[in-house]
Amino acid sequence: MDHWIVAPVVLPAMLAAFLVLSSRFHLRLQRVISVAGSAAMLAIALGLFWQAADGTITLYQLGSWPAPFGIVLVADRLSTLMVLVTMLMAPLVLLYAIGSNWDARGQHFHPLFQFQLMGIAGAFLTGDVFNLFVFFEVLLIASYGLMIHGGGAERLRAGTQYVLYNLLGSTLFLFALGTIYAQTGTLNMADLAVRVGALTQEGNGGIRVAAVLLLLVFAIKAALLPLHFWLPASYALAPAPVAALFAIMTKVGAYGIIRVYTLVFPPELGIMQGLFGTWLLPAALLTLLVGMIGVLGARRIDRLVAFSVIGSMGMLLSAVAVFTPTGIAAALYYAVHSTFATAALFLLVDVIESRRGGIGGRLERAAPMAGGALVAGMFFVAAIGMTGLPPLSGYVGKLLIMTAATTSPLVWWVWGAVLVGSLIAVVGFSRAGSQIFWKAHEAAAELPERSADPDGNPGLEDGEHNLPPGPRQVAALPLVAIGGLLALLIVMTVAAGPLHRVMRDTAAQLFDPGPYITTVLQTPGKKIDKSTHDTPAASDAGEAH
Amino acid sequence: MELLIASAIGVLTAAGIYMILRLRTFPVIIGTSLLSYAVNVFLFASGRLAVNAPPVLREGVERYTDPLPQALVLTAIVISFGMTAVVVIIALGAWLSCDDDMVDTPRINAEARPPEPMPRGDA
Repeated sequence: MDHWIVAPVVLPAMLAAFLVLSSRFHLRLQRVISVAGSAAMLAIALGLFWQAADGTITLYQLGSWPAPFGIVLVADRLSTLMVLVTMLMAPLVLLYAIGSNWDARGQHFHPLFQFQLMGIAGAFLTGDVFNLFVFFEVLLIASYGLMIHGGGAERLRAGTQYVLYNLLGSTLFLFALGTIYAQTGTLNMADLAVRVGALTQEGNGGIRVAAVLLLLVFAIKAALLPLHFWLPASYALAPAPVAALFAIMTKVGAYGIIRVYTLVFPPELGIMQGLFGTWLLPAALLTLLVGMIGVLGARRIDRLVAFSVIGSMGMLLSAVAVFTPTGIAAALYYAVHSTFATAALFLLVDVIESRRGGIGGRLERAAPMAGGALVAGMFFVAAIGMTGLPPLSGYVGKLLIMTAATTSPLVWWVWGAVLVGSLIAVVGFSRAGSQIFWKAHEAAAELPERSADPDGNPGLEDGEHNLPPGPRQVAALPLVAIGGLLALLIVMTVAAGPLHRVMRDTAAQLFDPGPYITTVLQTPGKKIDKSTHDTPAASDAGEAH
Repeated sequence: MELLIASAIGVLTAAGIYMILRLRTFPVIIGTSLLSYAVNVFLFASGRLAVNAPPVLREGVERYTDPLPQALVLTAIVISFGMTAVVVIIALGAWLSCDDDMVDTPRINAEARPPEPMPRGDA
């Protein structure tokens, strides 16, 4: 029964291997297996979430080795919540990739997608910092493949930058882990929490160095301000379904900060003095402002959405940096919301770019697109969600963040940055939306008719040479996928009360790490029989059965 | 011994960072390799240095070296090796389809980007 925890890691790994080995040349079969697999993982994630919802912390010892020696997976409220968010988004993104034929534009989309899910789920579930590094690498190496899926000069160049930047991040991660191990002699998170708590401030500067290095690593993933340079080009140039899936990857960085700095390096520890209030909060506020200014300054809609990701990460991290249970609860609510909103926006950008023909995502006048009203409506809803206007969940999230910030000494700075940033984002998004959807009709009056097709199909003749031949009709599946993501946003708004209670419970569990530590460290591992203990050969034979 | 290891890590890191700041992909990849060597040695030393001591429990041995960093460094070596292979292939693809091997994006190309979806590259 307890083996379900490892299923979100093992199932995608098996599926990916199976897809590569058995159905490499059968796209249709790959699609069926991939969708069925992610539906199964959604069911498993729901089950795990249900199991952890009453506050139980379930431990899974890999190979049945007890905690500080073996690697453990831990399913508590936070990890199951994040796994659930991932698995809610994955099938929808997959449906979009299938509906828009993105998975046919290069090889191995589905196996890489499954490997990516494996890495993300593993990173959320693991209870060991070195294992966290390994799962980071799994999700990164899958993301390298996905990032350059479909090829093209610009994408390959952006892919090189992305890979190099992340290689440096990984190296930094290893330096941080080496420092932690040198100072404490363990890498299990619960064990670390005990040992770091016992350290005195004198003569233990190394552990502070390690904490700061680790924060930098997570800040790279979460695109915090001085380290955000990799994000706009990578996200804007990645294939749309991949960019949508990457929406969860920035949250992996935020998850790392929340997990490690509530459990191992809580802010009340002497060695952590000022790390959050003095450094993280101002950096997060600057990230928020710079991201939103980028939204206003972007000349292409894909870059605009990429910058809005940076802005929303700034919003999220400023709630994290307050570092109270209310702050973390607000950050979690906002994280879930912004994952869905970002994914929906990236998918919409792809719909817009493919329907506008040669002009692509540039924010210039062009003829109106086919089915423009529906796309425009969806963009309107997603943009409202992203910028945090009422009535959608972005507004609720922002309100929670502003309420949580009242306990911080920098409260007016937080309020100012959140409100000014949102205003700038609203202007940026409405400028882009009106340029694409409204001015199109003015342009149509001036320009010669572009969509000459009598049955109202768009003039796609410029940019469509990469698609397989077939009827060029407006496919419904991509819009269904985007509609699903928007529906999740609406559900988040309607169920904001119960959801916020879940987030508050999650934050409360994070700020009371006692049960987590006892569960991990006190659970006995496999029993080694005393009689066979002295003869290794006998105990090995016993293992094999 | 400690001085030797520490200065080796320092020199490798410094050289790696210098190479990473270059503009072309090949020196940058060399730089990341140097950095990963540095971090491997660093990880290896994180369990304290012990010369001529076995990592595995054995009868009649008093001094041991910490076995965990050796396992960690093995994982790190495998991962950095794989990552380097990936980045070499992607950089090669970018070089073949862009006609230059600069790391940063030239401004002219960013403005006049070909429409999406782009022609399939060599990847």
